[in-house]
Amino acid sequence: MTEIHDDPCAHCEEMMQPYLDHILSDEEMREAEMHLDECDWCRRRYRFEESLRRYVRQAANQPMPAELKLKLAALRIPLE
Amino acid sequence: MGCGATVAEMAEASSDAARIAAEARDRVRFEEEALALADQVYSVARHLAGAREEAEDLVQETYARAFRSWRSFQPGTNLRAWLLRILTNLNIDRGRRQQRAPQMQPLEANDYFLYDKLAHDDGGATDEDRVVERLSQDDIVSALSAVPHDFRDVIVLVDLGDFSYQDAAQILDIPIGTVMSRLHRGRRILKRELAESVAEDVR
Repeated sequence: MTEIHDDPCAHCEEMMQPYLDHILSDEEMREAEMHLDECDWCRRRYRFEESLRRYVRQAANQPMPAELKLKLAALRIPLE
Repeated sequence: MGCGATVAEMAEASSDAARIAAEARDRVRFEEEALALADQVYSVARHLAGAREEAEDLVQETYARAFRSWRSFQPGTNLRAWLLRILTNLNIDRGRRQQRAPQMQPLEANDYFLYDKLAHDDGGATDEDRVVERLSQDDIVSALSAVPHDFRDVIVLVDLGDFSYQDAAQILDIPIGTVMSRLHRGRRILKRELAESVAEDVR
């Protein structure tokens, strides 16, 4: 069941999220990589998406306040 | 028992003591493993709950409940997912999630638009990492908090918390197909918010 795509870049764009989530089938993966090998325009956008994911993860990481850590430890049930 | 405890009764008493000691050991190990995950639990809570104080309360309630009901945790299964399941339920119980029916604003038809916008504003920079760095940490935190709850929960678990679709489905108690569609939509909303924050910075 192969769909016909007149615009390979539009198709590649649809594959980007599933590609980065590693949920494409082997065949779809090969198809995406074949296009990426020859298309600098899409390759850049894939690379950007990868760095964006990494960057969002770093930026969103919130260290826990030290007092909260102590409060949690104090919730432990004492041994009799 | 009185003074005439039989051998059988004494044996039973000492096996009771052994059982109690073993249980105490298991409990202490459980508590230590749970506390070792506190940073990660807090980080997720921080984005699920609206404000910092709320996140702190939520984490404390979660641990209080976890320590009380530690016996219902099955050793060998995913403790982080178990803790976040408690946290998510508490979050729902708090009634903070009344706003059902997520807003259905039209989304950008394509997925490349954030890159196109950032790279274009930057006069066509070629290094993708540099393009990303045009976004500040504040841009990202506030864009994330602007994503409606239903979508944000999934992004926080999968993209920030590294949970599989399956784990996220279990934690949130929704079908896996819903996880995937919310993730798809949520990421688009996040990018739209990021694009808007850049537009505001430039102004």
